[in-house]
Amino acid sequence: MAKITLDNLAHSYFPEPKGEEDYALKQLDHVWNDGEAYALLGASGCGKSTLLNIISGLLVPSRGRILFNDKDVTEQDTVARNIAQVFQFPVVYDTMTVGANLAFPLRNRRMEPAYVARRVQKIASMIGMEDMLERKARGLTADAKQKISLGRGMVREDVNAILFDEPLTVIDPHMKWELRTQLKALHNEFGHTMIYVTHDQTEALTFADKVVVMHDGKVVQLGTPEELFDTPEHTFVGYFIGSPGMNLIDADVSGDKAICAGHEVTLGGRYKPMSGRVQIGIRPEFVSITSQDQGLPVTVKRVEDVGRHQILRAEFEGRQINAILPEGLPIPAAPIRMKFAPERISVYVNDWRVAPDEVTATPSKEVVL
Amino acid sequence: MERTKKIGLIVYILFLMIPIYWLINLSLQPNRDIMGSFSLYPQNLTFDNYRRIFTEAGWARGYLNSLIYVLMNTVISITVALPAAYAFSRYKFIGDKHLFFWLLTNRMAPPAVFLLPFFQLYQTVGIFDMHIAVALAHCLFSIPLAVWILEGFMSGVPKEIDETAYIDGYSFPRFFVFIFIPLIRSGIGVAVFFCFMFSWVELLLARTLTSVDARPISVVMTRSISATGVDWGMLAAAGVLTLIPGALVIYFVRNNLARGFALGRV
Amino acid sequence: MNKVENNRAWFLVLPVLLLVAFSAVIPLMTVVNYSIQDILDPHTRFFVGDEWFREMLRDSQLQSALGRQLIFSFSVLAIQIPLGIAIALCMPTRGIWVAISLVLVALPLLVPWNVVGTIWQLFARGDIGLLGVTLNSIGIEYNYTRGSTAAWFTVLAMDVWHWTSLVVLLCYSGLRAIPDAYYQAARIDGASRIAVFRYIQLPRLAGVLTIAVLLRFMDSFMIYAEPFVLTGGGPGSSTTFLSQHLATMAIAQFDVSRAAAFSLIYFLIILAISWVFYTIITRATKD
Repeated sequence: MAKITLDNLAHSYFPEPKGEEDYALKQLDHVWNDGEAYALLGASGCGKSTLLNIISGLLVPSRGRILFNDKDVTEQDTVARNIAQVFQFPVVYDTMTVGANLAFPLRNRRMEPAYVARRVQKIASMIGMEDMLERKARGLTADAKQKISLGRGMVREDVNAILFDEPLTVIDPHMKWELRTQLKALHNEFGHTMIYVTHDQTEALTFADKVVVMHDGKVVQLGTPEELFDTPEHTFVGYFIGSPGMNLIDADVSGDKAICAGHEVTLGGRYKPMSGRVQIGIRPEFVSITSQDQGLPVTVKRVEDVGRHQILRAEFEGRQINAILPEGLPIPAAPIRMKFAPERISVYVNDWRVAPDEVTATPSKEVVL
Repeated sequence: MERTKKIGLIVYILFLMIPIYWLINLSLQPNRDIMGSFSLYPQNLTFDNYRRIFTEAGWARGYLNSLIYVLMNTVISITVALPAAYAFSRYKFIGDKHLFFWLLTNRMAPPAVFLLPFFQLYQTVGIFDMHIAVALAHCLFSIPLAVWILEGFMSGVPKEIDETAYIDGYSFPRFFVFIFIPLIRSGIGVAVFFCFMFSWVELLLARTLTSVDARPISVVMTRSISATGVDWGMLAAAGVLTLIPGALVIYFVRNNLARGFALGRV
Repeated sequence: MNKVENNRAWFLVLPVLLLVAFSAVIPLMTVVNYSIQDILDPHTRFFVGDEWFREMLRDSQLQSALGRQLIFSFSVLAIQIPLGIAIALCMPTRGIWVAISLVLVALPLLVPWNVVGTIWQLFARGDIGLLGVTLNSIGIEYNYTRGSTAAWFTVLAMDVWHWTSLVVLLCYSGLRAIPDAYYQAARIDGASRIAVFRYIQLPRLAGVLTIAVLLRFMDSFMIYAEPFVLTGGGPGSSTTFLSQHLATMAIAQFDVSRAAAFSLIYFLIILAISWVFYTIITRATKD
């Protein structure tokens, strides 16, 4: 088990990268603490898998170092790093039995047969395949194969870290939940450092203590699920986490006021004058409607009833704004106005969040989730 | 490891290339040099052997004849193999397993005796000494292989694609030509390569089923050699010329071969 | 893929069936017809039943040709299949060298069969051939037209030269079809190079190896044009393989009936051995 440090890391698939855009991974400095479970969240193609492959040693980074417990392993191969990794699509050794598949990583490392048998039994019961150990892996269903892949990833106890690359893509929803719970249990029991790549926010938020959000080859935020929800550090986090994501509106900010296309919005703090593209962001959970003469005038486009609450999709100056409203709240068809809870508004300059100089409103504790 | 691999490959390619180099070397020498002095490279470089081939009647014609029946064979084989391979890859039907092995058995007939009935049959039908005769006879070898290769590629295309196309209102022929065939392009490339290969190199059937009008290059070559005694230089030059179409075909399908295929079980 | 049961699929197979049947069935029937008759001239023939078959099976020349043929074909498989797999593993997987090595490796396959004989004749002759001259000059007595061992090995070398690339190409394509994730998983699992070959590469080559073994067996068992040009079957009968024996009987001696009986036996031997290979490989890759 190890603390993993990424030091000044960058990677490009081109042998001679020309500019910033040739890099799949841009400048990355990051520490994965020993024994924590991380989710690595991001859209497809943001560099998640590249990062994982660099940590496991399948790829050598173009630049920078990787340290395991402060020991430089950049040049070491996968075997020396002693890492387990589970891939997105099942990889099983067709000609072996299920049991031999699970035992394979241990046998390659010349573990004692008795120990191997014990581990295989244990893992098989975890993934629910005890009665299939003697069966050939060929011809199993995709999710049975993926369970074997997961099992192979978990069979070694002494690994420095276990990496999961969207491992539950091919698993059916019910089993997904169960396997995720098993993974959490495994983490609690053995305390391996785990990194779990996904593009599914629910998966990330339920699995991990800490979530790392990547966007366009960079880590944009590291935080607990609450932090990601309350104070997204980057507009991408705001947009990606939450359903629907954060509303972003172009604005001019001065002091504790923002002007959006001529309409004034009160903010929760005072801000310094700023330059660049300025936006205010507000989660739909903190938007309310009002018939009074305040807030932003919007046109209602659609109302979706999703059970516990309803989602109002409206338009302001050609931009969509969503609001999550309590169930049963009547929504007038006439033009209405939207009000934002001032303490929940974040201000972004060129996509990055800026903190106010002075806080004038503090969030109330009741969160409408 | 990488070094060993490279060395292994280079040694193998040298083993393949040295005899071919030798052929080219001899083809560029006058006969008295070939017999008189042993040399690793042509001392008196000459294109005389080639010039004599090109000026002699029959050579160009033989070349063309070979190419015509090879192309006919390739087109026919691929055209009929495509629907058959589709059937094998998508459906179960009575006798499917045996049918394929039966197709393959046609490669197993020793030619020497079968040549005679072949000759009689094709003469009766009236296509003796026509390109189509050789093309049809070569189908015996190329079709089973084409079916096998195409089946392998087709099995790799998910069935959902067929179903989606039918839902979108495509008829079977339109779906097959406009959607399915483009998906297995590289499979067709590989199949073309093998059809071309086995037809271009075959000698016995091509020789038996032709006399004058459709005579292939390899026959022209052997005949004119034996007529003038052993003319090593010209024999070598003719050999070099027969390598060229093959080399071109490989060059065109190299990417299809490189993309890879894993043939299934039929 | 689970296939749908549908007998109308026969319509899709029909063109292949008709085309192949046209060239296959009638000649086969004719040969069967020859084999059970004694043909004296085109108008005089007698029905003799299985007499030719009995005679052929007792023929000692044929038996020794069959023995030579079996030894030759199995030597061919024993060399070409492992060598082909090994070379396929050595081939580059990216860069311009892929195209270059593919073209070079495939070249011998596209040489007309009689030209293969010619190339090796020019290459191996003691007076003008590079191989022959080199061997003789370093003191190895080598003359494939006189020494039967030399002749046999020359034919074998020629066949290896000519056909190993078929195995290489098929295996190379098979290897390229293995997704990278398999190799990555094997590295994570700490698999040795041998384990990777045994558990990932070999199982996925089963399909291409089936066809490679069958094609190589059938074609080597019927090898004709190349040794005919190179050695003419000699010296003695050391490189007279079955098909040449047959050709001599059918063409030179014009003994059509015996030759027909002989080819049917020949055909059945190939069929039987191919079936055995086919079944073994298919079984081995099943559960």
